[in-house]
Amino acid sequence: MADKTKNAEPKVGSVSRPPTAFEYGYDKSFRILTLAAGVLTVLLLVYIFWKLGALAAPAMREYGLGFLTTVEWNPNKNEYGILAEIWGTLYSSFLALLFGGVLGISVAIFLTQGFLNARLAWVFRLIVEMLAAIPSVVYGLWGIYVLIPAIRPMANWLHETLPFIPFFSTKLAGPGMFPAMIVLSIMILPTVAAISQDAFKAIPMKIQEAAYGMGTTKWEAIRKVIIPTASGGIFASLVLGFGRALGETMALAMLIGNAQQVSLSLFSPATTLASLLASTFPEAGANQIGPLMYAAVVLLVITMAVNFIGTIIMNYTSRQTVT
Amino acid sequence: MSMEMEMNKLEATAAQQAAGDVAIGANIDKIYYGDFLAVRDAAVDIEKGKITGFIGPSGCGKSTVLRSLNRMNDLIPIFRLEGHVHFLGQDVYGKNVDPVVVRRHIGMVFQQPNPFSMSIFENVAFGLRLNGFKGDISGRVEKALRRAALWNEVKDKLKQNGLSLSGGQQQRLCIARAIATEPTVLLMDEPCSALDPIATRQIEELMLQLKKDYTVAIVTHNMQQAIRVADKTAFFSVDMTQGGRTGFLVEVGDTKQVFENPKENLTKEYLSGEFS
Repeated sequence: MADKTKNAEPKVGSVSRPPTAFEYGYDKSFRILTLAAGVLTVLLLVYIFWKLGALAAPAMREYGLGFLTTVEWNPNKNEYGILAEIWGTLYSSFLALLFGGVLGISVAIFLTQGFLNARLAWVFRLIVEMLAAIPSVVYGLWGIYVLIPAIRPMANWLHETLPFIPFFSTKLAGPGMFPAMIVLSIMILPTVAAISQDAFKAIPMKIQEAAYGMGTTKWEAIRKVIIPTASGGIFASLVLGFGRALGETMALAMLIGNAQQVSLSLFSPATTLASLLASTFPEAGANQIGPLMYAAVVLLVITMAVNFIGTIIMNYTSRQTVT
Repeated sequence: MSMEMEMNKLEATAAQQAAGDVAIGANIDKIYYGDFLAVRDAAVDIEKGKITGFIGPSGCGKSTVLRSLNRMNDLIPIFRLEGHVHFLGQDVYGKNVDPVVVRRHIGMVFQQPNPFSMSIFENVAFGLRLNGFKGDISGRVEKALRRAALWNEVKDKLKQNGLSLSGGQQQRLCIARAIATEPTVLLMDEPCSALDPIATRQIEELMLQLKKDYTVAIVTHNMQQAIRVADKTAFFSVDMTQGGRTGFLVEVGDTKQVFENPKENLTKEYLSGEFS
């Protein structure tokens, strides 16, 4: 078929023109810039892994998997194991997730479900977010000088009254799992609260109407409709909170007691990978660097795995809650 | 007063009202949003076993009135109503009436399909579980889905998420969810406005089926739809004389009469604009 538009001219007075070479170049360099930023991020992560791995490799060869399953850390005898640290990291983070998670989700519900007027909710939200701005070391000091003295009578009363319960099987002498857990809970609270608030706020009004239209009370609407609908985002907030708890260093190094032992007791001192690294590195001899790098790799792998699994589950659940 | 007591009280009076043929007697003087007078003078009876259509131009308050019948507007903090809405021998806006109880007796279907993010089965079972129904839940779910003309399409995938359905199917799911508990009245707020013509037709046919068992009040902006499904039609208009936009009821009557032989000039003018 002949192209009947071949001789057609643009409308008289039309200002349409193709982009200039400069405009195309601008567009292209912008694309290259963003691509470079993206690639750089990936390379940085790979580089960190590679470098850390290289530093840890001799220790990995020397101590093997036994490193992960023994408790002793004795530079004089060249015996190294991080079971207590792995346990302490996971246990403290899990406990913090339990308390901080419940608290954070409750705060998010309180701030988004019309319990407060908009102004007051805004103020509350600001206060909760300010918790995230407090430096870790300040939390540590607060824990040592305020929290531990405050909870010690209660902890020791629990120990004396219910010593047969594994969680209360030791006395709280000072630093230990319990104060560490409380501070860690407060530290992850803003993360959990902020992200689950976003999830609650993203629920369309029509879903809330549907719930109330069925004749739910406020609590029934929240429990049976709002929370399930926001579950993907709530889960994301918990994963990110857990990730934050795993890597938290300063406050834990100050509060957990740094004792190499595996115990269920909330009141006994314990240790974590991050606090091992922070407290041992400054005075570490050459023979300790390898094992410490090995421990750093383990911490990195744990946090990466948590974030990775979390992202996968999040994607899976959010696909189901698209509205 | 506990919720159960209130519900029993409502149920006790249900028998008394069964004698009459009015399911909801709305006598609304004024509806305010803050200082804004949104609706005035809307007295309309929702008759038993019939479909009552609410029509009128945008802003005439037809949705507002409908949503006042089961106190859905209470979700808006600045909402205020003067007047009465009689239902099961009580004033829905009476002092001791819990809106939650009202909504359990007067079901609602909304403009936008809004199934919950849960399985098709659980969507329909939602109201049954909410009301603590201990009987044959599966049987009730199937019955509701059959009545909503959705059963054949979903019977093999009841465990799938309700949001995986098409828009028209979602709206029928919402209807099934609303009728599973056998509410006394079903309110529908422009239930087809988000649907394509085929899905709209299906919902309309469904409404005519539902009429056998339910009392229905429906808001529609589609005159043809009102003619096709409604037994009675209430025509609302907007009064802009005092600088505001206040909706009010112009007239209510049998659909045939309102469309072919309206009593009020306002109705006549509006309909001739719509159909000329």
